[in-house]
Amino acid sequence: MNDELYQQLTKKSISTKKDNFGKRLSLFALILIGLVVFAILFFVVSRGLSTFTLDQINPFNFVFGTQWNPGKTDEAGNQLVGALPMIVGSFAVTFLSALVATPFAIGTALFVTEVSPKWGNKIMQPVIELLVGIPSVVYGFIGLAVVVPAVRNATGGTGFGIFSGVVVLFVMILPTITSMTIDALRNVPGHMRESAYAIGATPWQTIYKVVLRAAIPGILTAIVFGLARAFGEALAVQMVVGNSPVMPDGLFSPAATLTSVLTQGIGNTTDGSLANDVLWSLAMILLLMSLLFNTIIRRIANRRALK
Amino acid sequence: MAENVKEKAILTTKDVRLFYGKKEALHGINLDFPETGITALIGPSGSGKSTYLRSINRMHDFTDYVKVTGEFNYNGQNIYDPNTDLTQLRKNIGMVFQQPNPFPFSIYENVAFGLKLDNKLSKIELDERVETALKQAAIWDDVKDRLQQSALGLSGGQQQRIAIARALATRPDILLLDEPTSALDPISSRAVEDGLVEIGDKYSIIIVTHNMQQAKRISDRTAFFMDGNLIEVDSTKNIFLYPKEKETEDYVSGKFG
Repeated sequence: MNDELYQQLTKKSISTKKDNFGKRLSLFALILIGLVVFAILFFVVSRGLSTFTLDQINPFNFVFGTQWNPGKTDEAGNQLVGALPMIVGSFAVTFLSALVATPFAIGTALFVTEVSPKWGNKIMQPVIELLVGIPSVVYGFIGLAVVVPAVRNATGGTGFGIFSGVVVLFVMILPTITSMTIDALRNVPGHMRESAYAIGATPWQTIYKVVLRAAIPGILTAIVFGLARAFGEALAVQMVVGNSPVMPDGLFSPAATLTSVLTQGIGNTTDGSLANDVLWSLAMILLLMSLLFNTIIRRIANRRALK
Repeated sequence: MAENVKEKAILTTKDVRLFYGKKEALHGINLDFPETGITALIGPSGSGKSTYLRSINRMHDFTDYVKVTGEFNYNGQNIYDPNTDLTQLRKNIGMVFQQPNPFPFSIYENVAFGLKLDNKLSKIELDERVETALKQAAIWDDVKDRLQQSALGLSGGQQQRIAIARALATRPDILLLDEPTSALDPISSRAVEDGLVEIGDKYSIIIVTHNMQQAKRISDRTAFFMDGNLIEVDSTKNIFLYPKEKETEDYVSGKFG
């Protein structure tokens, strides 16, 4: 055995050391992020659960109760901490806004990718990207200044309510759904369009019989992303929804969402009080819903990967 | 100049020129095709054989900067007549591409695609046409028990035969194939070739191929393209054994290409 060669081969070279350092650095970053996520989960869940452990609130009454007035009790002495009005409010604004936004998003995306890529790339794409970048408080402010008075004039109520929330969220999630739908349509291979044409399909038949069908998983992902964004949006919604934690009895009466109650209440309650604990429980519900949306997105993405 | 079809031609093209912007890519092609039989278009990359093939069913229409001139006479009808209905034209002149490209639907839906585009056929008639097309493409036995399964689950060779069945289902007169086996392994290629030979006596088949062995195996006539010109067209036997032109001889003997 040649000792010199042995030394040379077993001594770690500088490149190897740098390589190891890089690996350790990225591992460290990963662990740090992982810890942060875990800490948030742990913190929110542990605080959120104290409503049910320390304050002895029945979880069933919490989720399905319709009276929200933390600190007050009804005649029987039960705490008025029913979160159903906010849960319903959140789901109503979320699903309604996605329902309205999706057709517009698909239409816009089709224009950009299929009808007029030139105009689409030059004008529509920058506009859409601009819309994504506008801070939500601006949307809320416009909603407050334009949508709410318009609804007030049209319906005669206060103008605050689920409908105004839906209008604002519609504008907010439209660019999200649109730009992801554009990606989904662009991912449909060109040769699929070509073979549809070659068989005698018109451009429109090609779009709705082949391109849209092939892009369904991607479009679904886009919609779920829109849902997740709408569900988690707090500020803009809070500004127009009315913030009245009662069961909504129509689109035009004031309502509240999980997020709007949270942003309003979290600074005005004492740490450790029941009023504070129930807010944490609302946050926990929000977090669980976000996880659910994420799971759905991953499921769809995985199914697409299998094909 | 090369001799053209003696029997009745289903498609005659005269002085076909194609421009990419100002650049001329095809320099006046004169080529006829008989009512049945396989014609192979061979030639080195960039020779214009695929470009010529795609001009037959007007696939260049979707590219704005491409201009095609010349005479395309299909059964007495000018293909480039402004009144030509592209949809009907492409049902009569079907096309299969290099990449096996099934739509993300079931096998049945893939083959029935062209049939469902406008005319409403009864379920029975649809079933029958799908079955016939699949049998002609020599894929029926492989898929008859799983017509409702996704075509994406098939092998490359099977997918390509589904693409051929898809084109045959609309009962075309002419079938254009643009290097249909170059993305396939030899065994799958063989299956596709066998299918083509089977239907060669019923359709006019025009196949672009890089593979000279393939041209030799399956085609009745061969046309040799180079640099946007048609150098020579003759029976496949003559092209490979007794080529008249020097370029043809050099190419088929493997001196270049």
